[in-house]
Amino acid sequence: MTFTHHHKMQLYGALLLLPAALLLTIFAYLPTVTTVINSLFLPGFRGAPTAFVGLENYQVLFDDPTFWKVARNNLIYAIGTIPTSIALALGMALLVNRKLRGRGFVRMAYFTPTILPMIAAANIWMFFYAPQIGLFNTLLGMLGFSGMNWLGDPSLALGSVIVMSVWKEAGFFMIFYLAALQSIPPELKEAADLEGTPRWSFFWRVTFPLLMPTTLFVLINALINSVRVVDHLFILTKGGPNNATNLLLYYVYENAFSFFDRTTAATITVVILVVLAVVATLKFTILDRRTHYQ
Amino acid sequence: MKSTTPYARRSHVVSLPALETVAAWLLAIIWIFPLLYAFWAAFHPSEFMVNFALFAPLTLENFTEAWSQAPFARYYLNTFALVTGVVIGQFVVCTLAAFAFARFPIPGKNVLFMLVLIQLFVFPEVLIVENYRIASELGLINTLVGVGLPYVASALGIFLLRQTFKTIPRELEDAARIEGCHWLEILWKVYVPLAKPTYLAYGLVSISHHWNNFIWPLVVTNSVESRPLTVGLGVFSAPETGVNWATVSAATLLSIAPLLIAFMLFQRQFVQSFMRAGIR
Repeated sequence: MTFTHHHKMQLYGALLLLPAALLLTIFAYLPTVTTVINSLFLPGFRGAPTAFVGLENYQVLFDDPTFWKVARNNLIYAIGTIPTSIALALGMALLVNRKLRGRGFVRMAYFTPTILPMIAAANIWMFFYAPQIGLFNTLLGMLGFSGMNWLGDPSLALGSVIVMSVWKEAGFFMIFYLAALQSIPPELKEAADLEGTPRWSFFWRVTFPLLMPTTLFVLINALINSVRVVDHLFILTKGGPNNATNLLLYYVYENAFSFFDRTTAATITVVILVVLAVVATLKFTILDRRTHYQ
Repeated sequence: MKSTTPYARRSHVVSLPALETVAAWLLAIIWIFPLLYAFWAAFHPSEFMVNFALFAPLTLENFTEAWSQAPFARYYLNTFALVTGVVIGQFVVCTLAAFAFARFPIPGKNVLFMLVLIQLFVFPEVLIVENYRIASELGLINTLVGVGLPYVASALGIFLLRQTFKTIPRELEDAARIEGCHWLEILWKVYVPLAKPTYLAYGLVSISHHWNNFIWPLVVTNSVESRPLTVGLGVFSAPETGVNWATVSAATLLSIAPLLIAFMLFQRQFVQSFMRAGIR
């Protein structure tokens, strides 16, 4: 390989990368940088960042009880959705990873919510949760109970949103467990059966540890989704009542496009970016050490 | 997905407790129920919303009502155009970048690749505020290009294709070069055909994602001409508009129907694609 040929190859390579590099710069790197910059400035007239205020915007944000409420909601939302949907996903995978009458239908039923848009899913769940004529309250009424205000009661609303999210996500995570279960050598189970190991202890001592990389992978995805997906809030609650179901990204949207406060929106976005950076570090340090790359 | 080992098959016949079958079915019914309910609500007059009379009269009126109340035909067209454009754009841009990462001696390649992977975490929708500003500076507000362009350079696409390209033996490439093929010809005649399964998997995931995407399209569009189905549905069914629920059900089914039908027909491909694209 001659020197000039090598250079020519480098040039070709750079040209091939150019479109992607350009687009990523415009829609990923540049906005990330300007978001951070905006969070350090106070807007002047006509929205141009003028006065550098250092970390003052963060000070203001951290003094704002609404921000803490939203951050706390997001934490509760994550804690409420992630373990439940992971446990359900694992349960579903175990249930359909064996001979079962109508297995095709059962798998399809579990997976179908995954391909629906969050907006459509929220529409359907709206019929369940609606206060007067909603399905849940109608059913409760038939049983002689008084209905609840599933989305209007601040102490219930976030839980109702969580339930819907679990329904939407579990089937997606199931497919990864299913794939992992099918890669476990059957000899392990044969050996365990020969020794008379109870199924329960086989699960906890063999299956579950072998599924650990999958669990971590699913966990990372679930964490990302818990800060990224807020579509359902637009239909179900709009963050209400009184911010009881507001999540960080929805709060960014509200600040930017309802209150026209770009500075606060930028500052909250930086908080989200920090959370995502932690998740990314988690993935690249813990998860990738266990998975094999070529 | 289908591979059950001979051993597994044997053990189920003997030892699967009926309880687990019941649990599996119960869970399946709970999981599919919301969708079935949407069908029920959409195909019956609204007084049967919570009244499950077995012989309630069927009707298509809710669909005609929804279709006439909002420009769903236009939304369909927008979503089709958007999804097609995004997927074609992604295929082209990601193929070129992946090829460069897989086969070209670019200085600092690993660092650059890590930079690309950042986009697996920092999505366009997280940066809505600044992306909105950039889109408006580029004159892309309220255009389908504005809805799709931020997603064209997809880290996932680059990642998946690079992985596939790296597994293709160099000998195939050398053979093509001996026949006098140029780099782009080699890419087109050797790499792209061999990566077809990856394109299929990534394409299906991307189609589902963009068919369903909501918050960025909501922000960047403000008229019927550029709104995709999800945003149209969101506007249509916002509780404050006070539309009848049966109509909302019909509208919901209308907007998910093409994807749902595609999923029913190509279930295995969908599930495998999601898995392939997920395990990265």
